[in-house]
Amino acid sequence: MSEPVKVKRPRGKARVIAGKCIACGARCQSVCPINGVEMSEQGEPVIETAKCIGCVKCVKACPAGALEMFYTPEELAIIASFEKHGGEEIDEEELERRSRVAAYKGVWVFVEQNDGEAAKVSWELTGVGRELADTLGVPLSAVIIGSGVDHLADTAFSYCADQAYMINDSVFRQYRTEPFLAAMCHLIEKHKPQVVLMGATGMGRDLAGAVATRVKTGLTADCTGLGIDAKGNLMQTRPAFGGNIMATIMCDRFRPQMATVRPHVMPMPQQRQGATGITIPESCPIPESSIFTRVLEVITDKGGKDKVDVAGAEFIVSGGRGLMAKENFALLEELAEELGGVVGGSRSAVDAGWLPQDRQVGQTGKTVRPKIYIACGISGAIQHLVGMQDSDVIVAINRDREAPIFEVATFGIVGDLFEVVPALTAGVREMKQLRS
Amino acid sequence: MLVIACLKQVPDTTQVQIDPVTNTLVRDGIPFIVNPYDTHALEETLRLKDSHGLKSVALSMGPPNAEATLRKALALGVDRSILLSDRAFGGADTLSTSNVLAAAIRKLGESEEVGLVFCGKQTIDGDTAQVGPGIAVRLGYSQLTLVDRIEKLDLDAKTVTVRRKLEGRYEIVEARLPAMITVVRELNRPRYPTVPMRLASAKAEVESWSNEQLQLDVNSVGLKGSPTWVSRIFSPERQEGEIIGDGLNDPIAAARLLLDRLVQGDMLSV
Repeated sequence: MSEPVKVKRPRGKARVIAGKCIACGARCQSVCPINGVEMSEQGEPVIETAKCIGCVKCVKACPAGALEMFYTPEELAIIASFEKHGGEEIDEEELERRSRVAAYKGVWVFVEQNDGEAAKVSWELTGVGRELADTLGVPLSAVIIGSGVDHLADTAFSYCADQAYMINDSVFRQYRTEPFLAAMCHLIEKHKPQVVLMGATGMGRDLAGAVATRVKTGLTADCTGLGIDAKGNLMQTRPAFGGNIMATIMCDRFRPQMATVRPHVMPMPQQRQGATGITIPESCPIPESSIFTRVLEVITDKGGKDKVDVAGAEFIVSGGRGLMAKENFALLEELAEELGGVVGGSRSAVDAGWLPQDRQVGQTGKTVRPKIYIACGISGAIQHLVGMQDSDVIVAINRDREAPIFEVATFGIVGDLFEVVPALTAGVREMKQLRS
Repeated sequence: MLVIACLKQVPDTTQVQIDPVTNTLVRDGIPFIVNPYDTHALEETLRLKDSHGLKSVALSMGPPNAEATLRKALALGVDRSILLSDRAFGGADTLSTSNVLAAAIRKLGESEEVGLVFCGKQTIDGDTAQVGPGIAVRLGYSQLTLVDRIEKLDLDAKTVTVRRKLEGRYEIVEARLPAMITVVRELNRPRYPTVPMRLASAKAEVESWSNEQLQLDVNSVGLKGSPTWVSRIFSPERQEGEIIGDGLNDPIAAARLLLDRLVQGDMLSV
């Protein structure tokens, strides 16, 4: 009798798929257990095939799908014979991790407020949080931390929240990182939410970055899309590489899954007056003497007559590189004035010094959703599109028929903006005269 | 007392293009630059060196070629420039990045007291604004983000007073040192290197620390220490709009046609 020959499943070797690498920062090299990946000057991997043990770690780590396994024809034949046998191997560590993750339940929205007045982005978040909570079959909670903020619970209920965790204490009268960080971490540790959403505002970003570090979990900034995958994990989509491409980010092994969303990115939900919910009073006693940060003064920046609120405007006429010079923005000002709107611009226009920074629309500027957005001489880099793609109507005016801006436009005019824009201004003016 | 600037070398994302056929990033010939916000963090570090006699250090975590960024910092006048580079640090998200930077700052603090750490408010490639707060929390420093002015630095009382630029308002905030401050571009105007400084920097030493110096758990750095991962990268699919009229040959008619469509569709009322 001979011993049965045990055939091992072939592991294959990793290789790079030409042209797909995005130089993400050497994730493949970082995970390779045998130091078999070198990085080129361009930041792309060079795999030492002789060293490769076929562990597939680099393939899994690659965000761009730029690595694959390959097998010899003989190996492929052996694999085919293995096909029927499958099944996931789960070790104890993995089991423990899964049960730890499963202990976190519920979707939370941090309600940002200033002197008891909530930032609108908080309710945009309860709107999207409602959808996530319904998909998961868990409650949606508002987290309200402040002084004199009791009334915000009812507002939260009217904007879809089931319940509100309330910390009402004078130490939280003004936002400071230390006490808010302590309170937020206290609540997270006590109640274990699976998702925590915050506005990507000055305050939200200050707090979210601190909280995620203290509770040692992942945080995804400036999400433009949030959804739940088949396993119940949060899919967080955001612009990446300076807004040149979109990426979906997962935080499936850690809890809570934390994300920030910029104002105006999510639609404002319908308010249901009189809706009720459960207020859960909480406390996190922090003596004022233990805090070493003091807000000495708050200066409200009402701005002069030049101050323009691009983010809140109903009509925006925006200019890009195609405007050629600062003085040409007068053309856009005229059209904007006729429409009762404001002038915005792309990053190129702001970088060229044609517009102040607070007029910039896009990934590093403002996110807008006006009734009509008129893009003049803007080619439409993704970093610009993510800032305006949710406008009700988008009009693109550009000489270049191939410009990506036409891909998001409701209506496009292929033509010279120096001819089309004045014609639009004259047309609107005429319509108004006919009316009166 | 030390004042430290954290820098990141980033691809100049304003020059990145998408290949319309393969939908992939075209990176050929894209230069690396110092993250623009970080140049203001570096400038503030140099100003405090000049005005208060603090010792300045530039720190950067990155691949070996990030040395170029740290050499620029030397040319501008920092006293020390340290590259944090290790295979194990690759593929890091913001949580594991702040772990490495905080460990380096802690190590610097063993031999000399750290007063302030400056970071740019965010990077232009990641745009997260998370590494600065991460450093502050890990080190227990005061956290002051979005600072556009240093009002007062009192080294005897160990306090700093800054102005923070927020949505529609400014805050004047006083905090205890050591403090981690993230800066906006209005804070200062970065200087240019002088020719002698640039020549001298070519020979000056950029120190390099790997995990051998920092001794961090390899499971807490790089990709392994990153809770978030990228599951998919894609160019968004979009619905093509409608082209109105012949704008090239008859712009006036095209403009009228557009206005008619907007009014008929109830999208515009005047």
